[in-house]
Amino acid sequence: MANLCPLAYKFLVATEKKMFTMIRNAFMSLILFTILAGFVYPLVVTGIAQAIFPSRANGSIITRGGKPVGSALIGQQFEDPGYFWGRLSATTPYPYNGGSSSGSNLGPNNPELMKAVQARIHAVRTADPDNKAKIPVDLVTASGSGLDPHISPAAAEYQVQRVAKARGLDETTVRALVAKETQGRWLGILGEPVVNVLKLNIALEGLPKTKTMRVVP
Amino acid sequence: MTGNDLFQIVLYFGALLLLAKPLGIYMARVYEGEQFLPVRIIGPVERIFYRLCGIHPDEEMDWKQYAVAVLLFSVAGVLLLYLLQRVQGVLPLNPQKFPAVSPDLAFNTSLSFVTNTNWQDYGGETTMSYLTQMAGLTVQNFVSATAGMAVLVAVIRGFKRHSSKTIGNFWVDLTRSALYILIPLSLIYSLLLVSQGVVQSFRGYKNVTLTQAITYNTAKLDENGNPIKDAIGNPVTEKAEIKGQVIPMGPAASQIAIKQLGTNGGGFFNVNSAHPFENPTPFSNFLEVLAILLIPAALCATFGRMIGDMRQGRALFAAMLLVLVTMTALCIWSEQHGNPRLAALGVDQTASALQPGGNMEGKEARFGIANSAIWATATTAASNGSVNSMHDSFTPLGGLFPMLLIQLGEIIFGGVGSGLYGMLIFAIITVFVAGLMVGRTPEYLGKKIEMFEMKMASLVILIVNALVKIGTAIGVSTGAGVAGVANPGPHGFSEILYAFSSAANNNGSAFAGLSGNTVFYNTALGIAMFFGRFWVIIPVLAIAGSLAKKKQVPASLGTLPTHTPLFVAFLIGVILIVGALSFMPGLALGPIAEQLMAGR
Repeated sequence: MANLCPLAYKFLVATEKKMFTMIRNAFMSLILFTILAGFVYPLVVTGIAQAIFPSRANGSIITRGGKPVGSALIGQQFEDPGYFWGRLSATTPYPYNGGSSSGSNLGPNNPELMKAVQARIHAVRTADPDNKAKIPVDLVTASGSGLDPHISPAAAEYQVQRVAKARGLDETTVRALVAKETQGRWLGILGEPVVNVLKLNIALEGLPKTKTMRVVP
Repeated sequence: MTGNDLFQIVLYFGALLLLAKPLGIYMARVYEGEQFLPVRIIGPVERIFYRLCGIHPDEEMDWKQYAVAVLLFSVAGVLLLYLLQRVQGVLPLNPQKFPAVSPDLAFNTSLSFVTNTNWQDYGGETTMSYLTQMAGLTVQNFVSATAGMAVLVAVIRGFKRHSSKTIGNFWVDLTRSALYILIPLSLIYSLLLVSQGVVQSFRGYKNVTLTQAITYNTAKLDENGNPIKDAIGNPVTEKAEIKGQVIPMGPAASQIAIKQLGTNGGGFFNVNSAHPFENPTPFSNFLEVLAILLIPAALCATFGRMIGDMRQGRALFAAMLLVLVTMTALCIWSEQHGNPRLAALGVDQTASALQPGGNMEGKEARFGIANSAIWATATTAASNGSVNSMHDSFTPLGGLFPMLLIQLGEIIFGGVGSGLYGMLIFAIITVFVAGLMVGRTPEYLGKKIEMFEMKMASLVILIVNALVKIGTAIGVSTGAGVAGVANPGPHGFSEILYAFSSAANNNGSAFAGLSGNTVFYNTALGIAMFFGRFWVIIPVLAIAGSLAKKKQVPASLGTLPTHTPLFVAFLIGVILIVGALSFMPGLALGPIAEQLMAGR
C-alpha cells in the first residue's frame, strides 16, 4: 500500500505524527497542571494559612474548659426556652447536622413551606404566650446552609423576654448581653447586623442569676 | 427596595468598574507576550513547562488544530477526573473513608468540571475525598477556565489579524492564563478567605460536644436495615438523641478562590457559598461575589486593548452592565417584597435597622436580601453558578431573573472567556441585522461578516437553545425526569427548566430541590453540558479562523460605528429579543404562572 500511493502515505504519517504530538502535549500539560494547581498550590496555601491563621484555618473552634464545644461559624440547635433559638435548619436526619449542609429548597408557594413556618410560629408562641409582637421573618424560615450561626438583632430582641423569664434574669441584663454580642455591618457597610446564637448562649450561661422569678402580685 | 439595597448595588458595581480596566490591560500584555516584570519573574517556569510538555511556543495553529487541541486537552481532563473519582476509595488523603463515586455521578461530575459548568449532583462533604477535591476538582477549576480564556484570545486574534491562516497556539494561551493570571490571583484570594474563617486543613472532620443535645424522631429499622411499618403502613419512629456535632474540614479556601475567579462555581461543601466555612463573613462574601465578575469584566478591556480600540470593549461592557444592573435591581426588589403567604401568617418581613426582612427562606442572616440577590444575578449572568442562597426558595419573580440571565446565553459577562466570545457572536448578529436594515454588507471591527460567519453564529445560538428545550421536554415527559422534582405545580416545571438551562449554558447553579443524582439526570445533564460547551467552541473557532483569513476593510462613511450608545442599545435589543423569543413560553409556564398564583 505504502508503495502504491506514496503521497497519501506521507500525508497520513504527517497528520498521525502531529496528532501524536498533540495527544502527548495534552496529557503532559494536564499532568503538570495537576502537580502545580492540584498539589503545590493547595499545599502552599495550607502552609501559609496554618502558620498565620491557625484557628481560622481549622474551623474557628470554640472551647470551654479545654473541651471543644462548637465552631464560631457553625450554628447549633437550641429548643430550650432558656436559650436563644437560631434559624430553622433543613439538614437531615436532624437539624444543624454539620456533616451534611442543606437548605430546605421549598418554593414560596409550597404547602410544605407553610407547614414548616406554621409549626415554628406555634413553637415560638407556645414558649412565650405573652409576647404579642410580630415574629421576625428569619426566626421562622430555614437558612440556606442549614448551619447559619446567626439571627438578626430583631429575632434576638423578640426572644429576650422569654429567655429572661426562663432563666429568672432581668430583661435589661439579657438585652445588654444581646447588644454586646451583636455584630454590626462589616465596616458599617457590608452584610447585615447579626447576633451569633451559640456565642450568645454560652455568654448567657456565664451570667450570675441575680434575681429569682418575679412574684405575680 | 431599601436605601441599603441601592447602596449595595452601587458599591458592588463601583468596585467592579474600578478593577476591570487595570486587570484587563495586564491580561492583554500577558497574551501579547510583552516583556514586563511579571514575565521576567514567572517566565522561567513557563519555559520549563513548555520543555517538559514538548510544546513549541512559536508554532502557530490554524483554527482546526486549535479546536483539536482544546478537545484533546478536555478529553484528557474528563478521563483523569473520572478515574480519580472511581478509585478515590483506595487513594490517600481520604480521612472520612469515602468510597468510590458511582459511575453515572462520576461521569456527570467530570463533564461538569471540564466544561466549566460545575453542576453538582453530590454534596462535597459527604462524597469527595480531599484528594479528589484538590487534585481533581481544583485542577479542572483552573484549566477549564484557562481553556475558555484561550479560546477567547484566539477569537480576538481572528479580528485583529488579516490574511492570516493561524490564530495562535492553544498551549501557550492556556499556560499563560494559568501561570500569570489565575494562579497568582487565587493565591492572594485564598489567603484573604482563610483570614475570614474559610477552612484550609488536611485534618479529618472534628467532633464537638453540643451545648444542648438534640432529640429527634428517626425511622425504626429491622435487622435487615429496612424501615418497620405499623398496621396502617406508616413508618414506625423512635426517639434518638444527638450529643455531638460534626465540624467538616478540608482544603477548602484554595478551591473556593479559583471556583469564584474562574467562573466555575463548584462548591467544596454541599450548599456552596451559603456554607459558613465557604463564605463566613460579609467581607468574604464581597470578595467572592466580586471575583465572579472580575475576570469576565476585565476581559472586555483586554479585548479593547488587543484590537487597538478600547471603545469597542467599553461598548460591550456597557451593554452587559446595563442588562445586569437592571435585572439585579428587579431581583432585589422582588426578594425584599417578601412572601405574601408569610405576611398573611403575621410574620414581620419589613426591613428595619434590626433586620433585613423580605423573603429569608434559604438565605443566610449575615447576607440578608441585598447581598443574596446581587450574588444570585451575578452568578447567573456570569456562568459561575456558585450560590450564597437557595435559588429554589426565591420568590417567583426573584427566581425568574437568574434563570433568564442563564437563558440569554451566558453572555452578560458570562464565563471567563466564553462569555465574551458569546457576546462577540451577538455583536456579529447585531451588525448583520443592522446591515439588513440599510442594505449594506455588514462589517465588524474592519472584517466583512458574510454567510459563513452568520451560519456559524446561528449554530452557536441554535444548538444551546435546542439543548435546553429538548432536555426540558424529555425531563417533563418522562417518569424519571418528573421523579426528581421537589416542589409541586409550576415551580416543579421551573426546576427542570432551570436544570437544563444551567447545564446547556454551562452555568452550574440549580433550583436545588431537584434530585439530580439519578442515572437520568446525571446522564442527560452531562450530555447537555458537553454539547453546550464544545459545540459552541468549534463554530466560534471556525469564525475566528475565517475572520483571520480576511482582509481588513477600512471604515467608510457607510460603516456602522460599533462603539456608540446607539450600537449598545441595538445590541441589547437583539440580545433581549432573541432571549425573549426563545424562552418566554417556558418562563410563562414556570415562574410567571407561579407569580400569578402567589398569595392565593
